[in-house]
Amino acid sequence: MSQPTTQPQRTESGTKPQFRGWVPTSSHLNPFIPPIFITLILLVGNVSFGILESYTRTLLAIGASVAAEMILGRIFFHKWPHPASSYITGISVGILLRSPAFWPYALCSLLSITSKYALRLQNRHIWNPSNFGICAMLFLASQSVASLSIQWGNNLASLIVIWLLGSVILWRARRLHITLVYVVSFIAFSFLRAHITGDPWQSEVAPITGPMYQLFIFFMITDPKTTVRSRTGQCVVAVIIALVEFVLRLNSSIYAPLYALFWVGPAALLIEMWISSRRNTGGDPKAVSA
Amino acid sequence: MKQTPLARVLVTLLLLGLLAVPLVVRHFSAGEAAGRGTDAHASLDRYGFALQDVSHAAGINFIHEAPMLDPKLAGIMPEVASMGAAVSIVDFDRDGWPDIYATNSAIGSKNHLYRNNHDGTFTDVAEQMGVADVNQRETGVSMGAVWGDYDNDGYEDLFLIKWGRPELFHNDQGRGFTRVTDQAGLPPWINANTAVWLDYDGDGQLDLFVGGYYPEDVNLWHLRNTRMMPESFEYAKNGGRKYLFHNLGNGRFEEVSQKVGISSRRWALAAAAADLRGAGHPDLFIANDYGVSELYLNDDGHFHEAGKETGVGFAPKSGMNVSFGDIFNDGRFSIYVSNISEEGVLIQGNNLWVPDTAPMLKYSNLARDLGVELGGWSFGAQFGDLNNDGNLDLYLANGYISLDRQRSYWYDFTKVAGGNSSIIGDAANWPAFDGRSLSGYQLKRVWLNDGAGKFVDVAQAVGVTDTYDGRSVALADLWNNGALDVVVANQRGPLLLYRNTVEQTNGWIEFSLEGTKSNRSAIGAQVTLYWNGKEQVQQVSGGNGFASQNDRRVHFGLGKGPLIEKAVIRWPSGAVQTLSDLAPDRLYTIKEPS
Repeated sequence: MSQPTTQPQRTESGTKPQFRGWVPTSSHLNPFIPPIFITLILLVGNVSFGILESYTRTLLAIGASVAAEMILGRIFFHKWPHPASSYITGISVGILLRSPAFWPYALCSLLSITSKYALRLQNRHIWNPSNFGICAMLFLASQSVASLSIQWGNNLASLIVIWLLGSVILWRARRLHITLVYVVSFIAFSFLRAHITGDPWQSEVAPITGPMYQLFIFFMITDPKTTVRSRTGQCVVAVIIALVEFVLRLNSSIYAPLYALFWVGPAALLIEMWISSRRNTGGDPKAVSA
Repeated sequence: MKQTPLARVLVTLLLLGLLAVPLVVRHFSAGEAAGRGTDAHASLDRYGFALQDVSHAAGINFIHEAPMLDPKLAGIMPEVASMGAAVSIVDFDRDGWPDIYATNSAIGSKNHLYRNNHDGTFTDVAEQMGVADVNQRETGVSMGAVWGDYDNDGYEDLFLIKWGRPELFHNDQGRGFTRVTDQAGLPPWINANTAVWLDYDGDGQLDLFVGGYYPEDVNLWHLRNTRMMPESFEYAKNGGRKYLFHNLGNGRFEEVSQKVGISSRRWALAAAAADLRGAGHPDLFIANDYGVSELYLNDDGHFHEAGKETGVGFAPKSGMNVSFGDIFNDGRFSIYVSNISEEGVLIQGNNLWVPDTAPMLKYSNLARDLGVELGGWSFGAQFGDLNNDGNLDLYLANGYISLDRQRSYWYDFTKVAGGNSSIIGDAANWPAFDGRSLSGYQLKRVWLNDGAGKFVDVAQAVGVTDTYDGRSVALADLWNNGALDVVVANQRGPLLLYRNTVEQTNGWIEFSLEGTKSNRSAIGAQVTLYWNGKEQVQQVSGGNGFASQNDRRVHFGLGKGPLIEKAVIRWPSGAVQTLSDLAPDRLYTIKEPS
């Protein structure tokens, strides 16, 4: 959910905001709104429902994330990166990761931030950092961690608040279409799954009303740095993520959305880079590496 | 600005190193459990005790039958009918030998009362005693039993916890039981899984707490609709109400829960009472499924809920057990609450609430630090000194639904459980089980307390190798030989009797208490034993663990060469009695000074 802030800034169009990861630099969106929004989710969720394992674990995740960003940014780019992006990564880890132990929170944050510096192509990191970190923990440390899935209040009020706030912020950031396309795709695939499995359609739709998806649809799949650039491309990728998730769910994958983004997100970026390089080199991909 | 090649190599190595950390952690944590050898001699040599399943040899051939509820629940029957196997210990005939009561849960099935024959065998006398045929279509089925002498006549009476009409049976001097439910004034229907005898107001008569699970207006065999599931997986408040029946002393009880400050509709699964502050009155700890635990502190007969202020009621989990144990030998009870842990899906972790040294009652969860955190889908647990080394060990039953080994219901479970309350709360929205398992076939835990702040799982090594769906655990010295034996009730499985053989060089001492001013069962009495510079407190319980009750006699292991200084008994009446000149390896029968 965050990126180093030292890269050249990308402009989608002359009137659209520039982003440093989830921290836009234009006047369209106050740069502190995304961090404030996710902090609000955290605080409301914890005060209302105690969603966190503990404040200390979340603070550990945030601290490890920000510290790693500072150190790696300083070492590799010789600048102090803006902490907002790594703050969002840390807080996301604090919310999404579930473990009674402390070390997974620190490790997941470190993995998330380090992936931004290690897994790069054409000066772009290709995995959403917290998606990478959490998936890595689920793959490698399943004996110690789970992801937020069935913990939260299951009530409508908190869901509506998050949706309203999130929608306004994404609309201002011109990314609401990604969320909407994904949600529509998810629901359509839910009914198809219900038809295939014979399970109640409510059970197939149920996940998107749960807590994990609120962070997933508002922060992960819309992350500016790890999504493709064209609006159409973003919509297509959102549909593909929902499609891959559909397949994973048919195979009973509990963390299907996280895994779908883990595979589809980087693949989409790589394809975009390849297409872009073909255009830049007149269709000769070898010229890129030359 | 670009990274240099060296920088890229270094940061890649850093990432690889970080990715390797979980593997290193897994490698080292895997070494914590003891080996799987089950040779009794080796176990005795190494751990000081060995457990052997002697159920059949002892004449116990009980197989629990689960309830079959309303057909509307057919798809998720394994889940909604997943409880009811329970065991409690009672010396119902006062012959000095503990007997065993096991509940059954299918309509028409019989509960069993195993009379101890003093020779290692047991005979089911439930039919002739009148406490067998209690699971009926019109009145519901058994979920557990707790024993207490509510009329102080010297014989333990039976309260039957049910999904249905709760039942109170008067013990007619060990010769039979008479149903006295109607005279007692108990309500017509409670869907409960826990009950505790306690004298909350110190009047010398046992009162009764009953914790509802499903709401009391739900008849699980005749559902009005399918909206009877919890509204949330961790924040549900639409469960059954709580009851505190005040003993009026004439065979009648008055329901006073609201009057004394107990009001909750959380989904109670386990409860136990103990005087946690030395205030002279028992406090009440409730472990709730689908939510936080509650701790009702007793202020001279009036309760206030102090879960959050004491630290035990903040993080919501799936509480299924309450056990008290002085695990540090410092005269204070820690509290063990079991929850759910399933690798890669849901790691709630069990809670071991250890009291801080601060003047105000405050607890910290040290389950991870002490090594008793992960026990699978955990249910009943009991503290007891299994090897008589002077430190309390911990036996944990686990395993939820063992059906098809190859297919799991976890995906469907998480799919619905995380959804909106209107979805999770309606059983019709839950996908059918279709023969799948849910945290089934789990290995039990027998955590041995090393006395230095660590517990090590020795279950496989000492002979506990079953993988049944464990629910209720009770401890008792069934052979009257100074060793705590273990009885485990398994859902849709056998009642297991593990006989304990203990290293003979370790001493022990037991106390059988009888109240005079206090309730005659002495429930709530605390015995603090001082020996070899150590101190350990234990209490007579009116129900603890999950739907279970240990023997009323308290058992202390003493280790090698014990020199007993004294035992101090704090009776529920407030009287304090000090015993000296105590010798090890003996059972002392103590009557409260009048």
